[in-house]
Amino acid sequence: MTDIQRYSYDVVVIGAGGSGLRAAIEARLAGKRTAIISKSLFGKAHTVMAEGGAAAAMGNVNPADNWQVHFRDTMRGGKFLNSWRMAELHAKEAPDRVWELEAWGALFDRTKEGKISQRNFGGHEYPRLAHVGDRTGLEMIRTLQQKVVALQQEDAINLGDPEARVKVFAETTITRLIVENGRMAGAFGYQRETGGFVLFEAPAVIIATGGIGKTFKVTSNSWEYTGDGHALALLAGARLLNMEFVQFHPTGMVWPPSVKGILVTESVRGDGGVLRNSEGKRFMFDYVPDVFRAQYAETEEEADRWYDDQANNRRPPELLPRDEVARSINSEVKAGRGSPHGGVFLDIASRLPAEEILRRLPSMHHQFKQLADVDITAEPMEVGPTCHYVMGGIEVDPDTQAAAIPGLFSVGESSGGMHGSNRLGGNSLSDLVVFGRRAGLYAAEYVDATERPAVSDAAIESAVAEALAPFERTGGESPYAVHADLQQTMNDLVGIIRREHEMEAALKELVTLRERAAKVSVTGGRAYNPGWHLALDLRNMLVVAEAIATAALERQESRGGHTREDYPAMSPEWRQVNLICSLDDDGRIKLTRQPLPPMRDDLLALFERSELKKYMTDAELVSLPAGDSAQEGNH
Amino acid sequence: MAYMANLRVWRGDHGEGKLVDYSVEVNEGEVVLDILHRLQATQANDLALRWNCKAGKCGSCSMEINGRPRLGCMTRMSIFDQDQVLTITPMRTFPVIRDLVTDVSFNYEKARQIPSFSPDPATKPGEFRMQQVDVQRSQEFRKCIECYLCQNVCHVIRDHEENMPAYAGPRFLMRVAELEMHPADMADRRNIAQDDFGLGYCNITKCCTEVCPEGIHITDNALIPLKERVVGRKYDPLVWLGGKITRKQHRDTPRVPGKH
Repeated sequence: MTDIQRYSYDVVVIGAGGSGLRAAIEARLAGKRTAIISKSLFGKAHTVMAEGGAAAAMGNVNPADNWQVHFRDTMRGGKFLNSWRMAELHAKEAPDRVWELEAWGALFDRTKEGKISQRNFGGHEYPRLAHVGDRTGLEMIRTLQQKVVALQQEDAINLGDPEARVKVFAETTITRLIVENGRMAGAFGYQRETGGFVLFEAPAVIIATGGIGKTFKVTSNSWEYTGDGHALALLAGARLLNMEFVQFHPTGMVWPPSVKGILVTESVRGDGGVLRNSEGKRFMFDYVPDVFRAQYAETEEEADRWYDDQANNRRPPELLPRDEVARSINSEVKAGRGSPHGGVFLDIASRLPAEEILRRLPSMHHQFKQLADVDITAEPMEVGPTCHYVMGGIEVDPDTQAAAIPGLFSVGESSGGMHGSNRLGGNSLSDLVVFGRRAGLYAAEYVDATERPAVSDAAIESAVAEALAPFERTGGESPYAVHADLQQTMNDLVGIIRREHEMEAALKELVTLRERAAKVSVTGGRAYNPGWHLALDLRNMLVVAEAIATAALERQESRGGHTREDYPAMSPEWRQVNLICSLDDDGRIKLTRQPLPPMRDDLLALFERSELKKYMTDAELVSLPAGDSAQEGNH
Repeated sequence: MAYMANLRVWRGDHGEGKLVDYSVEVNEGEVVLDILHRLQATQANDLALRWNCKAGKCGSCSMEINGRPRLGCMTRMSIFDQDQVLTITPMRTFPVIRDLVTDVSFNYEKARQIPSFSPDPATKPGEFRMQQVDVQRSQEFRKCIECYLCQNVCHVIRDHEENMPAYAGPRFLMRVAELEMHPADMADRRNIAQDDFGLGYCNITKCCTEVCPEGIHITDNALIPLKERVVGRKYDPLVWLGGKITRKQHRDTPRVPGKH
């Protein structure tokens, strides 16, 4: 095993998007030697794709906003299945995390008073998203990247080595977590450039690998989103929470075919854009569900007045949470009222002057002009749902982000709980920095309190053998073929609307795909060989796909990012259930039910009893604190 | 509407390599990156190329298409004639790792030399007050997706590797300009722009602006104004006299990590 490069760190962060970088910064600020593992080049992570903004109740645009309102919106968006403690921490700490980014050099758009401007978004009661045009994610990742550089400059001056305490390992993929005697001991992987193996020995590992979108065919996600962290955690013995909840963003591009799935930001609707069907009708008025009836406008006139006068009008239904809008678009298309290429129309051209569209939505204008020959200042866009985000993820402690294995933490999209059954737009970027900081902090604390476990030779040998296996086989299928079939299977059978027999068929197909994946062989050498990389990623996508399909089959209700045609209603009984995935001895998904922890009384009191009735069982309502809490009329 | 395109793709590593001919299917609306992905999935599983977002937002799939630096994901096949041969090569300024993937570490080294954002330490997070009109200038430069096409095309280093130590290139001179124009940044970066990052090498041929996929006016809005500021300082008689007497750096001029 001479070709293994060994490193020793206090904290290893897998993933260099917003949450990973924020975690690494915090660990380094706590004085810990920190490694950042990046699957791509530094600064290219999927966070750059986030467009709309970071939700934080700073109250800069509407002073009525505060953490309680943000908390309420988040719970409503997640249909009350959220980890309420995470939703609380998130709502309370998001403003500080956004202001901190500004102090590190981020340049958000401004209000007239010179404060950070905030924009409207689906499911948020007040304008709440700190933003930079429609490229907020890029601003966030660049700011965090530059903060890492600033810390390296400090170390260069004080310690003589910029990489003394924080080093970025770019284009490096982790294929195995190493657990010794029940505790985290390290992580094993390869470097793309050479194909050489690396071993990181570390008592604390933070998984910040993002999502799973590449399991589906139509997705807004990049090649990196192969569920690596989800799978690594499962294989190491940790657990996944509520994997059935997958967010299909309502507005992805639908034409031309090669760009199908690329994201069209929700800001288009936040800034006044409306959805129309082939008859020119603003159909969203027909799809406001009962739980949201009180907060959404019933006429176009009221909806249009809301943009200027939010105190006296209700919100346009185009700004319902994403799951509602995605399902509605799906229904319109199915009813034969879709656009020529199988989507619906998203119209901003008739709603704002051209120069205003160019100022607020420059990258959308660029994207449509370049890729679809559509000028969004003059004509409507065609849009349809695209796999965008997984609410499910590694089960973590809400305060510390610690997973089930001592020394293992997870943060951002790879962790579960915060967003319940559906994430509100804008809550992701703030999630990254709020819980990124917490993960870094508590990982550093953990390192102080623990011994360093040694990595055994046996663990390394098995990781090497697994990674080299695709080269040992000859004459097998190409990994690209297996991947394409997996994506088609998940898209067709476990997509936006789910049916029992289809999910059963998917699970059967996944067994076949697993057998095929075990036989793929790769050509070429180890240096920068994407075929080999995909062959290794297949393991992760397959186990994640099985987790999603298994949990989706089990949950017999429709809620947020999980819609069952055979169980179309939300069930108060199912709201009390978290579905937990782990791996059995054969490496197959094992599902268990786990009760949701009851919400604290002071948080329950933030909701009207009449609203809670829509979500809770009679037994729960009886045990609610009486009288002063959960009062009627508290809007 | 599908047709077969004739591609000549550079294959090889560490300086050894050649153009290899391929014939690949093209469908309506596709971009060069789609065609390379199809090539990878069907004929050349191990073809090395970088990509991430496929929407012009991450700056990973930089390459040269018929000699012009471009993002593969934003180059529509429809701009070429169907019988035209497409020659696809890696960025020329940076050493090749394999096929279309180059070693861009030069850029990360330069990024690490530029003194970071330096706000007034008395301003606490949440207390910054800046007007839109004042942040807008630096915001334009922060649209940069770090595709490094401007670095690749800049003849100061494209044709003269020996200039690389002294010259940061358009992307990082623009970063200096961005911080110099940041309303809350306190440092005076005019001396280091010239002395440490080689602003003087730039003779404003605007090649960088021409290839920028984000349409940033690198030359007009960043490099020329930065040159004007540098000149303004150099020929300020008081500054000149002060420099003669003390021979010290001005106290607002930040230290360049790794250069002193």
